[in-house]
Amino acid sequence: MSLRPRIAVVTFPGSLDDGDMRLALELIGAEPVPLWHADERLPDEIGAVVLPGGFSHGDYLRCGALAKLAPVMRSVHAFATAGGPVLGVCNGFQILCEAGLLPGVLRANRQLEYVCCDVTISVEETVATMLSDLEPGTALGLPIKHGEGNWYTDDETFAEIADRGQIAFRYLADVNGSRDLVAGVCNEAGNVLGLMPHPEHAVDRLLGPVGGAQVLEGLVTAARDHLGVAA
Amino acid sequence: MRATVTIRPKSGILDPQGEAVQTSLSSLGYPVTKARVGRIVDLELGADDAAEARSQVERMAEELLANPLIESFEIEIEIEVEHT
Repeated sequence: MSLRPRIAVVTFPGSLDDGDMRLALELIGAEPVPLWHADERLPDEIGAVVLPGGFSHGDYLRCGALAKLAPVMRSVHAFATAGGPVLGVCNGFQILCEAGLLPGVLRANRQLEYVCCDVTISVEETVATMLSDLEPGTALGLPIKHGEGNWYTDDETFAEIADRGQIAFRYLADVNGSRDLVAGVCNEAGNVLGLMPHPEHAVDRLLGPVGGAQVLEGLVTAARDHLGVAA
Repeated sequence: MRATVTIRPKSGILDPQGEAVQTSLSSLGYPVTKARVGRIVDLELGADDAAEARSQVERMAEELLANPLIESFEIEIEIEVEHT
């Protein structure tokens, strides 16, 4: 088996960042495998699945609400339930929330404006497997670009997931009204992670901050571990 | 048979869109103190039993049309009267 774990990158109608995600994964040391939303099965020997950013189904109804019904999502669900690493970025995060794989929901930004800028986020004390090599408090610079990134959940759920270490990232400053500055969360088991900022756009110094590289390195490591291959 | 699903932001849930609408209406000079913006979905159904239709639409709203975390919904079933 090759050292480069195969990581599936799902393209939905309206996905935008699938190409950048594949490039970034290649750069970080994975073998990206394109996957179409209508595919029912995941390719063989896949170490992780990524749902990239974009505007799946034109954001109709609610962001991610229609994409959660895509045929591929049944397999993604099964993969996640079996412990497979799944990363959702921006619209991918919205899809994972709508699909019930991650807690909460992404609402319209508090300021009702699309935001597009570089931000700094901190890695929290989290059970997210992909972040296990990063010290809590690590600051990462990477861009955001979204109109619906205002993460919310009710008080009860918030207390539970915070207790369980499911808050994965926080913004250092408020950018969209997100509850408790949450920028990313993971599931209880820690294998499913979603965040609004874009790691795939932050892997090359020529283009700005490179905080995304550390997140994707974590994904690649998790993919290797899932496949049972040594680095 | 027809059904109308009215989806609203749950009370107490921040509705920035409603706030923006309220601000704009106020700037037009209307004495509006609060606005909440929701969504209406009109459905035409094949079902012919009103109770069955209602329970179907309830499931649709829970599964897809509304997000129960932030939205509430109301269902109205309209039985078409046959014209001769």
